[in-house]
Amino acid sequence: MASIDDSGGGGGHKKGPGVKKAKKLSTAVDMTPMVDLGFLLITFFIFTTTMSSPTTMQLFMPKDTKDEDLNKAKESGALTVLLGKDNVVYVYRGQLLPDASNFHTTTFKGIRDTIIQMKKDVINAHVHDAGCTKIQEEAKVGNPNVKPPILPDPNWQKACLDKDLVIVIKPDEDATYKNTIDILDEMAISAIKRYAMVDLFPVEKDLIKKTSGGN
Amino acid sequence: MPSVKIPKKSTFVDMTPFVDVAFLILTFFIMATKFKPEEPVEIKTPNSVSTRELPESDAIQVTFDSTGRVFFGVLSQKDSEKYDVIKHINETRSLGLSEAEMKNFVRTPSIGVPFSGLKQLLAVPQEDQKNFKQPGIPLDTLGGELLYWIRDAVGTFTGKKLQYLIKGDNNAKYPAFKQVLTAFKKNEIFKFQMITMLEDAPAGSELGIMRNREKAAGH
Repeated sequence: MASIDDSGGGGGHKKGPGVKKAKKLSTAVDMTPMVDLGFLLITFFIFTTTMSSPTTMQLFMPKDTKDEDLNKAKESGALTVLLGKDNVVYVYRGQLLPDASNFHTTTFKGIRDTIIQMKKDVINAHVHDAGCTKIQEEAKVGNPNVKPPILPDPNWQKACLDKDLVIVIKPDEDATYKNTIDILDEMAISAIKRYAMVDLFPVEKDLIKKTSGGN
Repeated sequence: MPSVKIPKKSTFVDMTPFVDVAFLILTFFIMATKFKPEEPVEIKTPNSVSTRELPESDAIQVTFDSTGRVFFGVLSQKDSEKYDVIKHINETRSLGLSEAEMKNFVRTPSIGVPFSGLKQLLAVPQEDQKNFKQPGIPLDTLGGELLYWIRDAVGTFTGKKLQYLIKGDNNAKYPAFKQVLTAFKKNEIFKFQMITMLEDAPAGSELGIMRNREKAAGH
């Protein structure tokens, strides 16, 4: 393979007497050390390499102003998600009832279905108004100027059906950073356009304490 | 008894294709490897479906680990910019850093000491800093010292589009994250990027459907 075959083709030559034929040397090289070294390097690079490159997730926070912007959310379209200890999630729709009958305990697996169900309900209760037309127009055209570009939506008629949906995220002091990122991720997964991250009310803190203590 | 003669075969195996493949793999790994700068703490970041790429320069990175220690770092391709940041901080906080110590900051990926301990940390050569116990930048509900780090870094980069990266550990508690956000918010910064690891959008979810559509459109 690695040697050059030169045995044939030289038949016509006649060397004179006394001309010594050069001794043929094998051109095959022992490649074992090279292979050893090669695999050593491969092992080294396999161990040092990190395959998945980190990405970033964007978060926009509002200014700490005193105006009660949050209260402008329609009660029928508000879903409050509370993050508690040990990956437990608490959720309630609209206003928290005095008897806390709409306060439910769930998990990160269950929260997606809750959000999807909420979204469906909001869409079903949707009433068309002037603001809706504007949102539809924007979705129809898309926006190529932002990164990543927003493509024109083929279902643009449906673009504003969920405009009343607001999800309020309230991480407790015992919630971890991972929980916070996971819930923000759920917003991206279920394509929730409006969500806010705020502090808990004292009532909610007590409720979480009561619920987790009872279990 | 006539025995069956087994012809002697050479045990020499041609290794060339083997070597070819080995070096191909080697080349691939050399190309794919990207050495990350050494950080004083190991952080395991959460996963997210976000696909935005991490900026490599012109960014401020705040890191917090599972115990709530906070580190501050400047990402820049130019050493002069990092030097300007520390020079600015040295002046505003009157830390009395020497020229050599400020030069050392340029090579330090992140800082996790209070201002009072900064001179001590920077006196240690960069290679040995991992043995230096860093307690983290002091933080409180009003922003703590991180507030000044951010303010001075932003002040140095005026006129440039700066990005704000937050890198947190999976097991860090929410209050630590909130305090970091507060320090940024006090500086009138409301747009952040959290460093995460990529995971696929769940199949059948709205995002998954949208991603498939984008893929089909060639994006």
